[in-house]
Amino acid sequence: MNAVIALTITGILNLFGSIFNYRKITPLLSIFGLAAAVVFNSLERNTNQSFFHHMMLMDNYAVAFGAVCMLLAAVLIIFYNRFMGDDDHHLPEVLSIIVFSVAGAIVMVSFTNLLLLFLGVEILSISFYILAGLKKKDLGSNEAAMKYFLMGSFSTGFLLFGIALIYGATASFDLSEIAAFVKLKSAITNYILICGVLMILVGLLFKVAAAPFHFWTPDVYQGAPTIITAFFATVGKIASFAAFYRLFQICFAPISTEWSGAIMIVAVITMFIGNITALQQKSLKRMLAYSSIAHAGYMLLALLSPAYIGASAILFYSIAYGLSSMSAFIIIHIIQTQTRTDEAIGFTGLAQKNKTLAFIAAISMLSLSGIPLTAGFFGKFYLFSSAIEGGYVLLVCLAVVNSFISIYYYFKPVIESYFKKSHTDTIIQLKSTETVLLILLSIATIILGILPGLVPSI
Amino acid sequence: MHTLLLLIIPIVFMVIVLFLKGKTAGYVALTSSILSLVVSIIVAIHLHFNGYFDEFNHTWISSFGINFHVGIDGISLILVLLTTFLTPFIILTSLQKETEDSSVFYALVLLMQAGMLGAFTAMDSFLFYVSYEVALIPIYFICGLWGGENRIAVTFKFFIYTLAGSLFMLVSIIYLYLQTPGNHTFEISEFYKLNLSLTQQTLIFWGFFLAFAVKIPIFPFHSWQPSAYTTAPTAGTMLLAGIMLKMGLYGLIRFVLPIAPEAVAYWNTLAIILCVCGIIYGSVIAIRQNDLKTLIAFSSLAHVGLIAAGIFSMNTQGIQGAMIQMFNHGVNAVALFFLIDLLERRSGTRLMDLFGGIASENKKIAVVFAIVMLGSVGLPLTNGFVGEFLLLMGIYQWNMYAAMFAGLTIILGAVYMLRLYRNVFFGEISEASRSISSMTMMETIMSFKMIALIIVLGIFPNLLLNLSAPAVTKLLNLIANHSTLNATL
Repeated sequence: MNAVIALTITGILNLFGSIFNYRKITPLLSIFGLAAAVVFNSLERNTNQSFFHHMMLMDNYAVAFGAVCMLLAAVLIIFYNRFMGDDDHHLPEVLSIIVFSVAGAIVMVSFTNLLLLFLGVEILSISFYILAGLKKKDLGSNEAAMKYFLMGSFSTGFLLFGIALIYGATASFDLSEIAAFVKLKSAITNYILICGVLMILVGLLFKVAAAPFHFWTPDVYQGAPTIITAFFATVGKIASFAAFYRLFQICFAPISTEWSGAIMIVAVITMFIGNITALQQKSLKRMLAYSSIAHAGYMLLALLSPAYIGASAILFYSIAYGLSSMSAFIIIHIIQTQTRTDEAIGFTGLAQKNKTLAFIAAISMLSLSGIPLTAGFFGKFYLFSSAIEGGYVLLVCLAVVNSFISIYYYFKPVIESYFKKSHTDTIIQLKSTETVLLILLSIATIILGILPGLVPSI
Repeated sequence: MHTLLLLIIPIVFMVIVLFLKGKTAGYVALTSSILSLVVSIIVAIHLHFNGYFDEFNHTWISSFGINFHVGIDGISLILVLLTTFLTPFIILTSLQKETEDSSVFYALVLLMQAGMLGAFTAMDSFLFYVSYEVALIPIYFICGLWGGENRIAVTFKFFIYTLAGSLFMLVSIIYLYLQTPGNHTFEISEFYKLNLSLTQQTLIFWGFFLAFAVKIPIFPFHSWQPSAYTTAPTAGTMLLAGIMLKMGLYGLIRFVLPIAPEAVAYWNTLAIILCVCGIIYGSVIAIRQNDLKTLIAFSSLAHVGLIAAGIFSMNTQGIQGAMIQMFNHGVNAVALFFLIDLLERRSGTRLMDLFGGIASENKKIAVVFAIVMLGSVGLPLTNGFVGEFLLLMGIYQWNMYAAMFAGLTIILGAVYMLRLYRNVFFGEISEASRSISSMTMMETIMSFKMIALIIVLGIFPNLLLNLSAPAVTKLLNLIANHSTLNATL
């Protein structure tokens, strides 16, 4: 809770940056604010306090996901300053939007009231619409913002309609009251309730970019500035999934027969569409966009698994995916700005030009494809075993098929950087702080792969 | 504790090697591998004379019941010895020539050794899976960075193939994990105690079979193998053919037989037919090969097919034969690849057509090659004979006709190996053969080491058979108990 307040204050202070002429220090200010928020957040561990008349509950689930979102955002801001800092006149405003969206993410992971879910989704989404269009003279960026806005508000409509129907059926927005209603035997024949659940499902599936609601993803991810894409793919996706899981496990688990079939089919379609389409992509950014769709498919498996294991599985997977996805996008951005291409050719001979960067890229790709001794492997292992525990052996087999399809495209940059010689001699340079940060990300990936017990179960 | 030491030595030295340059890196790697060899021999002596089972167990991921549990019993020991015997030899072979980025190369070889030793000593199935995959990453980079023509495509095919198979093994392992009672565990010995229905066993069987069949490789899953062996640098080929494919065979003995014995009994007809197909297919194709490395690759397909068939016959002779033949095949394959590399380094070619008449110029190489070849063909008093004899006996007990067809391996093996020998060493002396100078001191010593192994193990096979016998008997008792238990239920 204090974390939300700290973030809001940071955001407002950032806004004043242009007026009172301290825009140069706004990045520092934002990072400091995020750090303070992380501290406040972790102080609330094990307290289980609820706020705003039981509209928010800071349980360990909320604390864990909140921390993940804030840390990833902090990493992003450090890089944002470097990549956009010099020629960006709206730095303070952009930073405040990023910080506000993180506040939205925290509301999304800690809500216990449907209104707050809606509020959190909106804070996050509206910030995202603006961020997608940051490069206002770039046609792609404009297209991304427009598409994201139109599709996003349409899907929010579904979400809101669902919430309204559920209110109609249960006469409450409060999750515990809805859960009590759903536990009754009559719930299963209450069609207004079930319609509401399915509407919310559509809305949230859109937010996590699951097929067949994924069509906005590739264009938005490609059009938006890469560093912002990294934000969408990590913080946006993790917060949406946390909200999704929280709602469906707390409230709608008793009527899971009504929606688990839909999730199952969506998961299969999402994995196949994401992975198979990613195979065809030339642009690595677009490839990662499709791969993030595929990852949404894997993460949907957690919704089907038993409650006591699913939450920890999705948390671990989010951390693993967040770490490696973040560094993958950042590296693509670096390569893109220095070689003027976002295709795999940009990686050619990277191992000769910059050994560290090549190694970090390799680690993040190995982690995304789920090779042992990286966090990505254990994340997949965790998800798969929880889904098998839920009895979905066949589904896991399909997920396994998908995860080796994905190896093909994740290895493209690795092959380019290690096994091919470069024809140009452009040097790829990095500042020392960025190198250190990227190295930290990959060390975290490896350490979590070897000692996954470091992430507490929730 | 010795087992833990075996895993730590290569990893520690790997880090050191990364900071060294040139041949020094190679010599440090060699030191590491010799240290491992010494430790493994100590383990062997302990196990054999004191019956002391060396193990180390430490909680790894407590919430999942995953332990870092390693140990060496008779079955593991043979493969550990194979790994520690061959690694110094492989490093020595690579030291004969200059390697680009040698520190990375030798570090990868050591990492690979650690991964394979991890797989052979794991008593926890999760650890086994992780080691099985960890061994794959270094060999992928070894083949991709130092390989020959068309290496990128070939290596990638090999990588995807192997990984695809092993993912199904992962699903099987998770499934077994969830069947264990109480707080689930990944302990392999707990898996042995499960009572699974035939349907469950069948699913588990195929999950594991896919993984191991790709690795070994068994007939229709082999298409990555010849090209990967041919393209890989010599050290890579040696690691692949000599040690790595044994991980698949070892997995069959360690997991498939004791966990799903009824399913094996039900499906082994199909499995053995596939193996026998592989034997004949590999041998027949080997007869027509011109590239020496490709020829040995196909012959390897035939030999491991025989070993797998022996394992599936599920009797003492079959499994003991498999144990000793795994070791012998490793030695013979590595020795053959060493000699081919020796020829290639001097003449710059591997094509059989271009050689001829080496025997008249260079007797030493001809004699060494002859002995290694005879070991590979399975002449009595060489190591190859004992293993193939036991394997064929095991298969015969299972079914006479299967043994008849499997026995063709000896005849066809003689055909392609003698053809190779005739074309390379006899006849008119060719241009390429003339450039072959005599062996250096180091090469002579290395050859003698291999020849000594081939002959000593041919005359005293009990040296190895006694090491694995108690463990194999225990395994077969376990299978027998399992079957009677299920019959009474």
